[in-house]
Amino acid sequence: MNEHSISSGSLGRRLLVQLLFVAAILSALLYLAVRAVANQAAESSHDNILGASAAAIAEQLGTDADGIIIDIPYSAFSMLGAISDDRVFYRIDIDDETATGYEDLPLPSSIPIDSKPLYYASRFRDTTVRIAAQTRVIPVNTKPVRVLIMVAQTQRGQDAISARVANIAAALGVGFFLIAGAMSWLATRSAVKPLYTVANAIGRRGAHDLRPLKSPVPSELTPLVTSLNDFIARLRSSLNRTETFMAEAAHHVRTPLATVRTQSEIALRQAETDTSRKTLRNVIRAVDESSRSASQLLDHAMISYRSDQMSTEKFDYTALVKEVTRALSATAELKDLVIETNLEKDVQIVGDRILIEIALHNLLDNAIKYSSFDSKIEIELKTDTHGIAFEIRDEGRGLDGNKPCSLIERFQRGNNVRDIVGSGLGLTMVEAIAIAHNGTFELKQNSGAGTCATLLL
Amino acid sequence: MRHTATLACFFSLLIAVSPILAFDIEDERTFDVPNPSSTLHILSNTDLDYFAPLIHAYQEQQSSIKVIYTVASSKELYNAIYNDAAQFDLVISSAMDLQVKLVNDGLTSGYRSDQTDSMPEWAKWRNHLFAFTQEPAVLVASKKGIGDFQVPENRQELISLLRDNPEQFNGKIGTYDLRQSGAGYLFATQDARQSDAFWRLAEVMGSLNPKLYCCSSDMLNEVETGEIAFAYNVVGSYASANLNEESNAFIVPLSDYTHFMLRTALIPAAANNAKLGGQFIDFLVDKKARSLIENQAGLPPIDGEALSQHQYFRPISLGPGLLVYLDKIKRKHFLEQWSDAMVR
Repeated sequence: MNEHSISSGSLGRRLLVQLLFVAAILSALLYLAVRAVANQAAESSHDNILGASAAAIAEQLGTDADGIIIDIPYSAFSMLGAISDDRVFYRIDIDDETATGYEDLPLPSSIPIDSKPLYYASRFRDTTVRIAAQTRVIPVNTKPVRVLIMVAQTQRGQDAISARVANIAAALGVGFFLIAGAMSWLATRSAVKPLYTVANAIGRRGAHDLRPLKSPVPSELTPLVTSLNDFIARLRSSLNRTETFMAEAAHHVRTPLATVRTQSEIALRQAETDTSRKTLRNVIRAVDESSRSASQLLDHAMISYRSDQMSTEKFDYTALVKEVTRALSATAELKDLVIETNLEKDVQIVGDRILIEIALHNLLDNAIKYSSFDSKIEIELKTDTHGIAFEIRDEGRGLDGNKPCSLIERFQRGNNVRDIVGSGLGLTMVEAIAIAHNGTFELKQNSGAGTCATLLL
Repeated sequence: MRHTATLACFFSLLIAVSPILAFDIEDERTFDVPNPSSTLHILSNTDLDYFAPLIHAYQEQQSSIKVIYTVASSKELYNAIYNDAAQFDLVISSAMDLQVKLVNDGLTSGYRSDQTDSMPEWAKWRNHLFAFTQEPAVLVASKKGIGDFQVPENRQELISLLRDNPEQFNGKIGTYDLRQSGAGYLFATQDARQSDAFWRLAEVMGSLNPKLYCCSSDMLNEVETGEIAFAYNVVGSYASANLNEESNAFIVPLSDYTHFMLRTALIPAAANNAKLGGQFIDFLVDKKARSLIENQAGLPPIDGEALSQHQYFRPISLGPGLLVYLDKIKRKHFLEQWSDAMVR
């Protein structure tokens, strides 16, 4: 019943891992996107200021009789100094000849036109710089002169922004991942929850509650629950068939056996020779044994069936013990046995009345069967902290070294009782009934002669 | 004092196996210690008289460090570092523009410490350039020269005074010759940037046959003796060092604006012992050194609070803006314009 199914991994974990994987990818993308966008923004804002610087120089260009006048405004460089601590380089070429500035500042790959600045990064001396290059064409003596203005700046300010942005982006990415992770976990839990609900609904019900599952389930689970309900229905009808079959079998086995027994007894009475009488007695004995075995097998099947669909009602245990004792008192008298009862009054018990009756019947029947003539059987019923104990002691032959466990196994009989009719099913049934009621059954050697059987429910 | 200094200078020149100097030096002194562990070479445009007490104080803290202090003009100093890669561990100069140029063009090493981190932002640039004094450009007036005239409170009043009384002030105005003095050029360019009054003042001064000086000391001497009535744009620290209550000259605060020049230190990239240079920077910029700089060296230390006393106090900002006036064309034009106004 408690067998664990083989697990092919957790559905929830698989779902969670997949969600986390997606979250990780999204976090990484977020990180990269924020960085890229911010770096681009930082670069373009730095470019704009570089461009403004170049434009300021271009605007200040003038002419006189000698040609172009270059007059770099203070603000052209101070504006660059205002945004960062970066180093500033510049170069001003008039018609491809460097007029002032750093002659080795790298030229743009193509000459910028339309007075629109061209931006590019380049190595310069010991560092990397971003350069804005702009041209302005000024007529000198009616001849156009092209002035190329280049303003460069190291990128420490921009790198500092990048580093700061990278930190923010990383924090965003990690934060996103953590939130997404937590939400994935919650989502997974709530997605898998109906599965546990169904499993619990089935697991919680009595082992033999074969009603179909009716609580609503998510649509994904309906095929499973439908199949499960089908399966339960098949199981129920199969059990019904078994019950019917048992009743049929009982009837079919016991009726012919009774007929054989009656016929054999008649034949015994009419028998003339000792040989045939002996033969007939053997037949009767064998029939008795078969009949008893059949009836016990049916009882056992009954127990198997009933303990699967045990009814739990409250009833008077004391009364039941009295009833069973009375039923078997006739058999006991045949052997001149004295049955002493010491029963607590009005003991109430919750359980399957029929099964407990079978157990008590079997125990008392055993005691009577293995007691010697003219001996005593004591029956006691008492409640204590462990539960209700039904104890039956005889002065019979006891266990004679057989371990109680081996006596309880199905079809096992003690070595010292081969001469008495018995199937070896009795004690097995008693134990099965005890277990079905969450009780225990114990068989002990009496201190004197005989056996003490205790059914604790 | 002067004698021993010369002697020390002579000896140190004899012993000097270290930097081979391919530029003009004005002075040099070795501050020796018994059993020196290492030697700190300082190249500076600040006179020994100002700096010797600071070096003694430094050696009280670092008793095993020998210091060789070489004095050169700001231009020579700049050339030595820029063109000759002269090996000094520390360069101190009041020529902010040239110092900025050295840093901008990658000839310096950066330095960072707790001391430099606690400096105000305006007093340093790129963690390469560290200011330790703030020295105003001031107008110095001679009591005798100004006579009964109302002391001008700003440039506008100065212009009016000079314009209205040409015969009294003819030949009685002194200022730096921008062609020779780095500090003069720096102050003049900042003035020009600040206000148009500069050019009007130059015009007026030019019409009065101004005397042009290479250095503060001559100018201060002549204003003290009454040879000239006004000395315009003198480095304030030199002025206060030379003037006292009994002097015949006094500093006139100009309330339209007063520029403050920052004396800065940097570590050249070619330094042999950049660590020592850094150590000396820590010593200079430490808050504890302020009173030392003020009292022993007689230079006004970096002090943001003092600068915020008056709206018109303006420290010249360290940064690429200073490169503008170093541009050769810009400089040529500026000097031409100035000469046109001043030299007739």
